Amino acid sequence: MRGGQGAVEARVLQFTNCRILRGGKLLREDLWVRGGRILDPEKLFFEERRVADERRDCGGRILAPGFIDVQINGGFGVDFSQATEDVGSGVALVARRILSHGVTSFCPTLVTSPPEVYHKVVPQIPVKSGGPHGAGVLGLHLEGPFISREKRGAHPEAHLRSFEANAFQDLLATYGPLDNVRIVTLAPELGHSHEVIRELTTRGICVSLGHSVADLRAAEDAVWSGATFITHLFNAMLPFHHRDPGIVGLLTSDRLPAGRCIFYGMIADGTHTNPAALRIAHRAHPQGLVLVTDAIPALGLGNGRHTLGQQEVEVDGLTAYVAGCSVESALEAASLHPAQLLGLEKSKGTLDFGADADFVVLDDSLHVQATYISGELVWQAEAARQ
Amino acid sequence: MKLIILDHYSQASEWAAKYIRNRIIQFNPGPEKYFTLGLPTGSTPLGCYKKLIEYYKNGDLSFKYVKTFNMDEYVGLPRDHPESYHSFMWNNFFKHIDIHPENTYILDGNAVDLQAECDAFEEKIKAAGGIELFVGGIGPDGHIAFNEPGSSLVSRTRVKTLAMDTILANARFFDGELTKVPTMALTVGVGTVMDAREVMILITGAHKAFALYKAIEEGVNHMWTVSAFQQHPRTVFVCDEDATLELKVKTVKYFKGLMLVHNKLVDPLYSIKEKETEKSQSSKKPYSD
Repeated sequence: MRGGQGAVEARVLQFTNCRILRGGKLLREDLWVRGGRILDPEKLFFEERRVADERRDCGGRILAPGFIDVQINGGFGVDFSQATEDVGSGVALVARRILSHGVTSFCPTLVTSPPEVYHKVVPQIPVKSGGPHGAGVLGLHLEGPFISREKRGAHPEAHLRSFEANAFQDLLATYGPLDNVRIVTLAPELGHSHEVIRELTTRGICVSLGHSVADLRAAEDAVWSGATFITHLFNAMLPFHHRDPGIVGLLTSDRLPAGRCIFYGMIADGTHTNPAALRIAHRAHPQGLVLVTDAIPALGLGNGRHTLGQQEVEVDGLTAYVAGCSVESALEAASLHPAQLLGLEKSKGTLDFGADADFVVLDDSLHVQATYISGELVWQAEAARQ
Repeated sequence: MKLIILDHYSQASEWAAKYIRNRIIQFNPGPEKYFTLGLPTGSTPLGCYKKLIEYYKNGDLSFKYVKTFNMDEYVGLPRDHPESYHSFMWNNFFKHIDIHPENTYILDGNAVDLQAECDAFEEKIKAAGGIELFVGGIGPDGHIAFNEPGSSLVSRTRVKTLAMDTILANARFFDGELTKVPTMALTVGVGTVMDAREVMILITGAHKAFALYKAIEEGVNHMWTVSAFQQHPRTVFVCDEDATLELKVKTVKYFKGLMLVHNKLVDPLYSIKEKETEKSQSSKKPYSD
């Protein structure tokens, strides 16, 4: 990924008059950028004896790490699960349009599809750095087809699969080569799932539990095999029950590997989850919350019929919601936590020194005023333009 | 000496900051003529630094043509350690003002040859034309910089081992753990500060009262190194009430009586901003106070 061929001669940018998210707090500090990375100004001062080449006044606004969306099925009429001839331009369109929402990196998500679709689409969506052209692609999120029939939700029943005796080969045959894949959602109660989870984990692919009827025990075992994420908590899984909390119980389970943080995606649109339920999860395990859109191709379009993979979906108005927690927590749930989930927290989802300079300028209502990738302005609200 | 007594810490900090501001503006520094300022660290000068930052942000003061020389730095502490004096100066002063990094001088406690580093520092002061105003504080043991009791009153910049009193006083910055406090430091000498054309010592708080008494009401003594400034032609001591608790009532009354005169030293002058625009004399206005 690009970001930081920092020649010492590169220009030093100083963003002043702002509050930056650092260490979980909003601090009144300047943000310094050079060569596409966040710069340590104290080091610049004492070692290089240099000042900034350019200053930008942020008008007292909030600077937060760029948002990372690990579950987005498409948008603006583009459906990632459609095997079109030019998948690349569809991804590029979405990548460009989500900049205005403050998303600087994302995982295009494919819902349950027949193998032909995976074989055609997956190779056409490589990992790609972000820039003025659009948000960066961190890798694909394959949600299904190895999921529970009962909890398939909007996924087409005809294309669900389970693992046969040669489980991992089965998966490879279905998806094709896994080079561009970053996350796989599966149901751990399926037979042979544990060897699959282990194989995927050794290849650096994040395994997520979702669309499943697993009980807490099965979920814990899956975590021991390497699973680290829960796909849209509460949705498409057994409801929390006080004698068997199911997958939801992972948030407070004491039977997980020491030091392991389990992350969970939440669709904070106020519809998929009641805000009160969201708050219960957040209070139980605030460090694991990852905000996702699970956006469908209809995102940004009007009402009507649209495709979602092999299905058609009616859209009747869109709602948006901010999680009922502190501003700092919400911002971290949209940036730091997804970065930690993917093991990228040294370079993404943070404004620490040395990280890629992907960040957003927000007003106090958390509306995006400007988006930066590698220290370059890639989107700006009309009102903010001078 | 001038002994300036204000009621509270905040007023003492403000008086000191205004004095520094006025001195810089009156000096009228420029690219050929830098104002050389000696600076301290610690909790005492924090209020003064905040005020100076405020004057810079108001546009009333610029550090563009100011060179700063810090008094001291720990030996062996990494430069980016949160308790190093480099970090202190960056976080509490430099990052908020318009000083150019090349005009700041702080001793390097990680230099390969410590005494050579100290000698070089003396040379840098000389090359800058000497210090115009050296601002300092006082330790509970009456020391100036790290010139601990027993330091020669004509000493120069050198390596010093810290006294137990000083280590104890500094432990609060190192999680209260005595073993974490550095035991050595590089410091300007008493003689180095005496060479400055003017010296200003900030002394606030009851815990400094005895040291102040020893420094100005008793004799010149190398056990209380601040006492050396009794022999400097231009010294200002800026205190709050609490710091005067060990002084004679007579001393305090005498100097409080002079405050009317002394306060003229901090009256608003014309700001640097106004001077630069070179408007007609009558349209100049004093800066916000």
